[in-house]
Amino acid sequence: MQPDNRGYFGSYGGRFVPETLVPVLDELVEAYDRIKVDAAFWDEFNRLSQDYSGRPTPLYEAEGLSKHCGGARVFLKREDLAHTGAHKINNALGQGLLARRMGKHRIIAETGAGQHGVATAAVCAKLGLECIIYMGEEDMRRQSLNVFRMKLMGAEVRPVSGGSKTLKDAINEAIRDWVTYPRETHYLLGSVVGPHPYPTIVRDFQSIIGRETREQFLKKLGRLPDCIIACVGGGSNAIGIFYPFLEDKSVKLIGVEAAGRGINSGEHAAPLVAGRVGVLHGAKSYLLQDKNGQIRETHSVSAGLDYPGVGPEHSFLKDSGRVEYIAINDKEALDGFQMLCRTEGITPALESSHAIAHAARIAGSLDKDKAIVVNLSGRGDKDMDIVVGELGVQA
Amino acid sequence: MSRIASVFNKVGRKALIAYITIGYPSIEATMDTVPVLAKSGCDIIELGIPFSDPLADGTTIQKASHHALQNGVTTKICLEVASKLSRMVDTPLVFMGYYNPVLWYGIEPFCRDCAIAGVDGLIIPDLPPEEGSELEIATKGRGLDLIYLLAPTSTDGRIKLVTDRSRGFIYLVSVTGVTGARESLPADLEVFIARVKALARQPLCVGFGISTPQQAKQVACLADGVIVGSRVIKLMEENNSLASVGSFIKGLRQAIDKPTASG
Repeated sequence: MQPDNRGYFGSYGGRFVPETLVPVLDELVEAYDRIKVDAAFWDEFNRLSQDYSGRPTPLYEAEGLSKHCGGARVFLKREDLAHTGAHKINNALGQGLLARRMGKHRIIAETGAGQHGVATAAVCAKLGLECIIYMGEEDMRRQSLNVFRMKLMGAEVRPVSGGSKTLKDAINEAIRDWVTYPRETHYLLGSVVGPHPYPTIVRDFQSIIGRETREQFLKKLGRLPDCIIACVGGGSNAIGIFYPFLEDKSVKLIGVEAAGRGINSGEHAAPLVAGRVGVLHGAKSYLLQDKNGQIRETHSVSAGLDYPGVGPEHSFLKDSGRVEYIAINDKEALDGFQMLCRTEGITPALESSHAIAHAARIAGSLDKDKAIVVNLSGRGDKDMDIVVGELGVQA
Repeated sequence: MSRIASVFNKVGRKALIAYITIGYPSIEATMDTVPVLAKSGCDIIELGIPFSDPLADGTTIQKASHHALQNGVTTKICLEVASKLSRMVDTPLVFMGYYNPVLWYGIEPFCRDCAIAGVDGLIIPDLPPEEGSELEIATKGRGLDLIYLLAPTSTDGRIKLVTDRSRGFIYLVSVTGVTGARESLPADLEVFIARVKALARQPLCVGFGISTPQQAKQVACLADGVIVGSRVIKLMEENNSLASVGSFIKGLRQAIDKPTASG
């Protein structure tokens, strides 16, 4: 669905930002409306998606994993094979081209796992744009390889020491930068969160995942899949694959949040499963907050899911019942990670491992004529240090 | 007329508004400082409700907010503090805080409890008028002023929107940026204030980045009021005595009273 003119999906979304940014967001809405109907823009986006990002990414039948689970056929949408190693490039490329059209040559972005930061740094290097990435100190420590990659591509990585030193705080700092240099800066927000029109723009650029999946699946099996599963942090890879299937009621859609050390431990990152509605980073949505409306610290083994909020369209899809949201804990995700390594020779990102873990769980309970698609949103190279630490694997 | 609006009725006098974060460095410090602010020449006092993610604030107020939360300050405690203070001073009190804690408390209960506590108005920096209808209705019902903000990026259309909706005064953010002391005022401040003046009937108060008597004087020549925040908090950090806060405010008062005295 399209949000209303104030950026609401049902009762979620909107624009809860300082006045300084409202005119800047209005300008972004206008620019996006212009390029939406500009064939030349989409020609360039599609050409670069193919030649630079490596699209379309394959839809791969994971026969080893399916056999291991002993039930439904499992297919993987291989966003891990996209340039820079995750689906993040789709949005970074789209917004980078949009920023250039708007004459904004200074790009800022936040990053959690570093995948959005790397994708943004790559696009800025390619398009000749200045690039500043805000990243929590804790995330810089646990994703140091990605920090190095961003710097190699010419980005300036600014450590964020406030709050929990993770994604939420990186977004706060990016917004503070933006409010200071609003005229010359484009904030290249990396997920379907934030004030209107970001949840719509990011979804539109990411929905290429779902459009390809639909076409590829129809070609392979002559029908639609029975179920699609994706991990949800802010929710951009999930909305990207779900969106073109929303009207296909026969396709079950499942979003997987991070249960961290368990929902009952309180140390998790699952606002749709265990949160309440509030306002953070410019939008009204489900949110993890304490009994006084302060934003809670979150925990997940995967930096990319370690966020207390979620995109407003997901909140809408939860309430409407169109998408089911569940949570997978750290240990289950690590099991999923290892399972895919061993059965397929593919190392998934820890974020995507949450979706793999849930797919493995339900595949076994389904008949062999059923088919599940998992959005394998990123590759796991960046996570090796964490996995070694968690599993105690000897190198 | 609200108590806030009547502040601006004194002919020739420019309003001086100070901000402190409730519970920083301690609740006792808040209780002790507010009477000093009032006695030293403040016309309105802004009391900051701490929030975990203050995205419109610079490092000084971020730190104050963080410590206040660590001190256990909640919205309920803020209301209790305001209730005691409103009985100690005659100066109008305004809550400044982010929207989520208000939403969590409940818009109607929050406005009811503000009114009971003797709070006169609200400033919510992440609530532009497009999102403010519900809070506007509730504040009106309780006799509170909901004060909106304008920024140098605001278009004439947005200035009109805010002049239609803001009550008490309009808060002009002097500069594109977050709160915090700056060396000089932005060059386009005069133009910005003139743009708003052409459309507004409410008093205009300017904040963000004002920390010296010289800057306060410059602003007082252009607008109806001057707002200081981060500098007051810095002084509270640097000195445990309240004398420095008192003399800072008196210095600002003298500086902003001068232009009218000579003109």
